[in-house]
Amino acid sequence: MTTRIYVPLDSSAEAMGAKKTAAAIVAEAEKRGEKIELVRNGSRGLYWLEPMVEVETPNGRVAYGPVNAKDVAGLFDAGFLKGEKHVLCHGLTEEIPYLKKQERLTFARVGIIDPFSIDDYTKFGGFDGLKKALKMEPAAIVKEVTDSGLRGRGGAAFPTGIKWNTVLGAQADQKYIVCNADEGDSGTFSDRMLMEGDPMCLIEGMTIAGLAVGATKGYIYCREEYPHSINNLNVAIEACTKAGYLGKNILGSGKDFELIVREGAGAYICGEETSLMESIEGNRGLVRFKPPLPALQGLFGKPTVINNVMSLGSVPIILAKGGEFYKNYGMGRSRGTLPFQLTGNLKHGGLVEKAFGLTLRELLYDFGGGTISGRPIRAVQVGGPLGAYVPESQFDIPLDYEEYAKVGAMVGHGGLVVFDDTVDLANMARYAMEFCAIESCGKCTPCRIGSTRGVETIDKIIAGKEVGKNIALLNSLCDTMLNGSLCALGGMAPYPVVSALKHFPEDFGIDKTAAA
Amino acid sequence: MTTTPALSDQQKKSLDDILARLKDEPGPLFPILHAIQDELGWVPDETVPAIARALNRSRAEIHGVITFYHHFRRHPVGKHMVQVCRAEACQAMGCTSLEEHAKKTLGIDYHGTTADGQFSLEAVYCLGNCALSPSIRVNDDIVGKVSKERFDEVIAELRNA
Repeated sequence: MTTRIYVPLDSSAEAMGAKKTAAAIVAEAEKRGEKIELVRNGSRGLYWLEPMVEVETPNGRVAYGPVNAKDVAGLFDAGFLKGEKHVLCHGLTEEIPYLKKQERLTFARVGIIDPFSIDDYTKFGGFDGLKKALKMEPAAIVKEVTDSGLRGRGGAAFPTGIKWNTVLGAQADQKYIVCNADEGDSGTFSDRMLMEGDPMCLIEGMTIAGLAVGATKGYIYCREEYPHSINNLNVAIEACTKAGYLGKNILGSGKDFELIVREGAGAYICGEETSLMESIEGNRGLVRFKPPLPALQGLFGKPTVINNVMSLGSVPIILAKGGEFYKNYGMGRSRGTLPFQLTGNLKHGGLVEKAFGLTLRELLYDFGGGTISGRPIRAVQVGGPLGAYVPESQFDIPLDYEEYAKVGAMVGHGGLVVFDDTVDLANMARYAMEFCAIESCGKCTPCRIGSTRGVETIDKIIAGKEVGKNIALLNSLCDTMLNGSLCALGGMAPYPVVSALKHFPEDFGIDKTAAA
Repeated sequence: MTTTPALSDQQKKSLDDILARLKDEPGPLFPILHAIQDELGWVPDETVPAIARALNRSRAEIHGVITFYHHFRRHPVGKHMVQVCRAEACQAMGCTSLEEHAKKTLGIDYHGTTADGQFSLEAVYCLGNCALSPSIRVNDDIVGKVSKERFDEVIAELRNA
């Protein structure tokens, strides 16, 4: 009997040695004359267990991890091909509490299927959404997405349906769908996980978007730092085209949609939508003035839907199961689920897809298990390098776009970076300004010059020079950047600075009462 | 800084092939620059006039694009590119001391290349491996949970390869 074994091809799993583990399993099986079929799947997102090997048994898939090449012979000895016990065994994968407690909609297939297999993809509901969309009027597809309450998952949280509706209404000889896969924020990897582990989900989402607004061409702009994502997307695009789900005359419908992957070149600013389009066009990634909106004059001057990977990746299930189904998850105006990414100093880092409304405390302790260093958590940066540092007093606020905005923080794309009590928030504030200076496109003054002046001012504060005066200057500078910058880079770089100053003034050499 | 030598015949041929193949793509400059760097290892200044001519754009524009993006290099680099992540999640796990260790071990600062031409060192801002920080990237492979010892092992493996 042939036993099916799964070893992830995910970049993070490979960063922990998955490739060597896979090779060792194949060699060991050959040596022992055991018949196995090795499948390279995506990651389940239980990253502290990577490389996590799964063995298919009659009862379901059994997980072992972290499995290094040197552990492989011992696992065979213990009978892991039959799912037998071992010190690295975690039982049935689906029963691991970290996974069982999640609500996986966008990530329903990631880690389960072979990312390049059309059969696997369709077996787990793939292309159900596309098949429905092919029978619908464009306006009805847009309405379904609007009804779902889906908002831009890249961080800005703009209602996706409204954006699509503008493009649908625009008249042009050519329209485009652009996917923003320039996932440059520290503390995020959900886009990468989906592109590596279930690339057809993104392809399907973009194709549906094309049908909805009348676009026949799409671009995925993926960052250069993700070579595996770029490769997996290209392989999946070829497979989908061959099988008739992409390209000319999709499934005999007479509709066309062509998809091209473009590689970035290490500029963080190209995650800003207009800068990204400049980059595809072959220009310096300078941010454009708005208006005109990209929905009316976007890529190559044509009406363009530009959405993040997670937004487009959520579209197939919305079409397959209906907007109402998706809307039933979440709270307030934050509908559906968000894949939270637990990173930094946490025992159990990984991906947790849950409906909006849970708290940071649940994510940090119930899922994350506290810090890996064993020291208390002092601050969590939520929403990337432009997100606020959240102190423990705010850990019980529900994760909801509006609730977070009320306290000067943002949920963003749901990336959490955890710091223990050894962190120096004055240093982190300085880094936020330094990062903004390195990555500024240079078009607007508040961002280009403000960020450098910000670094200098924080240096003076750290050195204890005229602290009161310089704190006032820093606050005023942050106010100028926040209100006067052209895009979110200069406009939000003050968030980590101001939040660090407000919640952790002692790190800047001032006592709490003086800071208020 | 090394002065850039004129393009060899082989390099000229590669450049011509790339331009012929890609110049009619929509927004062709990025695919062209990537292809040049993948093939030659860097984007020599000597390629700029030919690119400008093929795309009917000014040399200043092409130069402007090359210098805007961190990834495009105007000088040759070592056989192995080592990038150390210094973004927040890696800082939370002590990447600052790893950065120092990397510079000391390789005997070079950021943007530098070792005398034997084996290694170049660059900073990078997020590799998307934030649950397993601190991270480095060596060529196209990412390494997670990099202690100083692990860093030394990785470098030794490459040296002996």
